Amino acid sequence: MPAMSAPVDFSSSTAAFFSGAKAAVTSVFMLVLAGTYIGIGALTHDFGLSSWWLAISTVLVWAAPAQVILITTVTTGAALFEIALAVTLSAVRFFPMVVALMPMLRGPTTRLRELLLPTHFTAVSMWVESLRLLPGIEHQWRIPFCNGVSAGYMATATVFGFVGFYLAAGLPPLLAGGLLFLTPMSFLMSTARNARMMIDKLGLVLGLLIGPLLTILDVNLDLMWTGLAGGTLAYLVHRIREATT
Amino acid sequence: MNTLLTELWPYFLIVLVGYLPNEVWRLFGLVLARGLNEDSQVVVWSRAVATAILAGVIAKLVLFSTGALATIPLSVRVIAAVFAFLVFLGARRSVFAGVLAGEVALLAGGFLFAH
Repeated sequence: MPAMSAPVDFSSSTAAFFSGAKAAVTSVFMLVLAGTYIGIGALTHDFGLSSWWLAISTVLVWAAPAQVILITTVTTGAALFEIALAVTLSAVRFFPMVVALMPMLRGPTTRLRELLLPTHFTAVSMWVESLRLLPGIEHQWRIPFCNGVSAGYMATATVFGFVGFYLAAGLPPLLAGGLLFLTPMSFLMSTARNARMMIDKLGLVLGLLIGPLLTILDVNLDLMWTGLAGGTLAYLVHRIREATT
Repeated sequence: MNTLLTELWPYFLIVLVGYLPNEVWRLFGLVLARGLNEDSQVVVWSRAVATAILAGVIAKLVLFSTGALATIPLSVRVIAAVFAFLVFLGARRSVFAGVLAGEVALLAGGFLFAH
């Protein structure tokens, strides 16, 4: 448990970067990203896009749900505005993630441009691992470490996108279903592992309940409302408990 | 000229309707996070909101599955997810053990009960 011992120090930014990359490729998300991007690679193949198109979208978009939306809409003649709207709605989650992550990365002398890369790299896998690992890293090395983690994940995703593309036709539906199940399971348990404070546990439970409820009620922008309602409720309970103890 | 345009069009779309509408939220976050520290109330609240959104995505992927996962019955998916979480808790919060247990339960259930 890194948070309990003294923060890890490095001799250089390069050492911090590679330590981060190593942490990435040995984490459970490595398997998850491999599985997810094998699935997305197969999807890309099915929709008649090229493997390089997928690789470029992985590097530029770096968000599996948005990429799935893109792949399934750009070739079917959907209105561009409609695609952009769907993508932007799927990306709302990055806003609070970046807000929560940046203060962990920033030191007193950090310049804005140093934060541009970690901002672009922010995604579920990287966010969950950064929140877990960064408290155990000496403050001045956190940005290169975080970039290393992210680069490790992005390289994994890109490579396995190609693998899935060329495996495409081969997988039977049950195994393909098993691959798709990797994403929710790993997200669920890695988020639960990170949720040590009551507010995080409550946010997780409320999101699990409110999300499907709003989908059943056919509410527009359901994920945004899930976050605002569940997160705010968890926050209020947290404030009330703090005030009474 | 026209064939070149046709070939480049999908790549142009990545930037126009993929990268830009996706990235805008990350940049908003970066701008808003300036001057905030880890313990500030906006950051604590943002973290709770991000966690709840993520939980909503997780629940939707399991309950309202699409594609190949939808061919496995809902009851199997839910039981596999609950089983995975119990193994995760029992195995001292090992994500790997939990994911593995969930996959085994899903594939076994899917093999027996797939449509």
